[in-house]
Amino acid sequence: MKSAVLVFPGSNREGDAARALTMITGSKPAMVWHAETALPAGTDLVVLPGGFSYGDYLRCGAIAGRAAIMDAVREHAARGGLVLGICNGFQILCESGLLPGVLVRNARLRFICREALLKVERNDTPFTRRYAKGAVVRFPVAHGEGNYTADVETLKRLEGEGRVVFRYVSPGGQRDDTQVLNGAANSIGGIVSEKLNVLGLMPHPENHVDPVVGPTDGRALFESIAGALERA
Amino acid sequence: MKARVLVTLKSAVLDPQGKAIEGALRSLGVPGVASVRQGKVFDVELDAADPAKAEATLKEACEKLLANTVIETYRIEFVG
Repeated sequence: MKSAVLVFPGSNREGDAARALTMITGSKPAMVWHAETALPAGTDLVVLPGGFSYGDYLRCGAIAGRAAIMDAVREHAARGGLVLGICNGFQILCESGLLPGVLVRNARLRFICREALLKVERNDTPFTRRYAKGAVVRFPVAHGEGNYTADVETLKRLEGEGRVVFRYVSPGGQRDDTQVLNGAANSIGGIVSEKLNVLGLMPHPENHVDPVVGPTDGRALFESIAGALERA
Repeated sequence: MKARVLVTLKSAVLDPQGKAIEGALRSLGVPGVASVRQGKVFDVELDAADPAKAEATLKEACEKLLANTVIETYRIEFVG
């Protein structure tokens, strides 16, 4: 499979994303600078990594969401190509209009850097097919603006269409919207596009892939992508 | 032509920063502050001399970048 990791000024997790992709899919991704206007020919997966693109100026992800390369990403997504946005990448996908809603300042204003528990709400997406449905996974989070917000209609539509893929849960595996770490509406940690080919999530699955570091719950996400592309 | 664009959170959107500022004002003993909402101000200089054209440009700027209309609203003021 051919993947591309986008690099914006202020991205800082592109190395982690590239390492996880190389380790799990066996092929090294192309690193693509934001000012490019095209993706490398034959790109199957585009990854928007974490970081602080443009120093979070204006709104997090706002300026990167309008970068030159994003037109190519939109075309790639419209063709059904896979797009994965992690943390700042999720913020960029929302700002670019590829995913609905927006990520605002954490409800208690604190930057949260710790492990979070998430429930895998569905395993029939290209990103989650190697997880059991309802599985509770551990991914690290590191964000100041991960509080997912959308208008009532959008939230209703997302829930109705089953587009919430990752949801924050308590240690007991229960959803509690009043206790969610960053205040996200409906405990939303990650959502997919209508055609299930664009995933945005705040936690970092790419940081839990190596047993040397600890848990490896993130591996299955990249294995899922590789598997989905093999089958396609 | 000079203009000022004000971008504020929609009233239904929670503003934790505004709340924190509100709390700080209260702890400073500043009296009579019922609530604080934080927003952004953009002072923009435009090439256009025609107000209608300038307004159209600013509207485009707001819709495309300055405001995220999912959570924010904007107001355009001309300052001469």
